[in-house]
This record gives sequence, C-alpha cells and structure tokens, in this order.
Amino acid sequence: MQNWVKEIVVDSKFENVRTLTEFVENSLEPLNPSPKAIMQIGVAIDELFSNVVRYSGSDNLKLILNVNEDVLTAKLTFIDEGVEYDPLKKSDPDVTLAAEDRPIGGLGIYLVKKIMDGVEYKRDGRKNVLTVVKKLA
Amino acid sequence: MKIEKNVDASNMSLALEGRLDTMTAPLLESEIQGKLAGVTNLEFNFAKLTYISSAGLRVLLAAQKIMNKQGKMIIKNACAEIKEIFEVTGFSDILTVV
Repeated sequence: MQNWVKEIVVDSKFENVRTLTEFVENSLEPLNPSPKAIMQIGVAIDELFSNVVRYSGSDNLKLILNVNEDVLTAKLTFIDEGVEYDPLKKSDPDVTLAAEDRPIGGLGIYLVKKIMDGVEYKRDGRKNVLTVVKKLA
Repeated sequence: MKIEKNVDASNMSLALEGRLDTMTAPLLESEIQGKLAGVTNLEFNFAKLTYISSAGLRVLLAAQKIMNKQGKMIIKNACAEIKEIFEVTGFSDILTVV
C-alpha cells in the first residue's frame, strides 16, 4: 500500500495559484495522471484559492496533498484562517439560461463540484477546511 | 498566457496560448473590453490554449453578450478538456464552438 502526504503553505496572493498548481502537478507527475484529471485539478485549485484570496481575509493558505497510489486518487485539503465560509451552501447557478440572462460569475464552485469526484467543507475552530477528491486515472 | 490579436476592418481574431485562469483572464479582458466597437466577427482560436477556469468563462460570457447585439462570435480548435468545461457549465449552449 502506497500512501503519501505533502503540504505547502503560501501567502494569500493571486500569483501563488501558480506555486500551488506546480506543486501539485510536480508531486503527481510520477503517477502518470490523465491530462484531463490534471487539468481539472488545476481548475479546482484556481477556483478555490482565488476565493480564499478574494474573500477570506486569511494571510495564507495551507494545501495538503494526500495520495492513495493503490486507487490512484488525490485528496487536496485547502485550509485557511479566514472568515467562516462554506461555499457548498451557495445554490447552483442555472446553467440553462441564455447568455443575456446569465450573471457574470458565480460559476467557480459549481464547476469544482462538477469536475471533482468529491467536495467537502468543515469549519474547524478558526479554520475553513475544504477538501476535494479526484481520481487520477 | 500569450494573446495574438488581429484586427481587419470588422473582423477581430484572438489566438490564445497557455492558461486562461485567475491570473491571465484580466489580460484578455483588457484586450476586449471597450475595443469591440464596429466588430461584427469575433473569432477565438483555442488551438494552443491548455486550460480554462471560471475566470476565463466570465470573460467569454461578457464578450458573447456584446457580440449577440452586434455580430457573431466563434471559438475554434478547443481541446476536449476545455470543451468538457463548456459542457458542464452549459456554456456549450451559449457559445458557438466549432
């Protein structure tokens, strides 16, 4: 059984979306994940981290990467110490509306829910803990 | 991200290379916002675009809303992964992806 954990802490600044993405891509590369899985994990990092930078007020973000090599699954846990915010409580946007009726925005979390295999939120003391799970094959 | 922009009378084409995400979407927005006056054909070439997040979708939606009033907009050569992002967000019904 091969399970491993890596983690990284970055300042809550937009440009660190690259730092996080490279950290995860480089860590997962030896497992030969599918290009689609890697792209979708990148999208999830972009959406979740940019929300933390924009709204949480947290100075930094910790990302914990758990990998289960037996079932080729990655779990990414995003931890910030910002204001309590459960993005999963937000109702889904209506994706059948015409362009004219669509609000600009509100798609990020919906997208994460659709392209990840699991999304969970919990408040742990002063921390927001958001976890996504994705199969790599 | 790299943006190659060509304007020929009322035709504007934008070839994007790299990642259209939180960091780069503002670049594309600045190439489009306030610059579509008189444009009736807007074409995006996504052949070298590897990645799109909701920040990129927002810019495309804003452009589509403008072009619905004054002409047409098409997206060419999007890869399968990007097409899937269009599918799950319903953008494939709004955009013209050829």
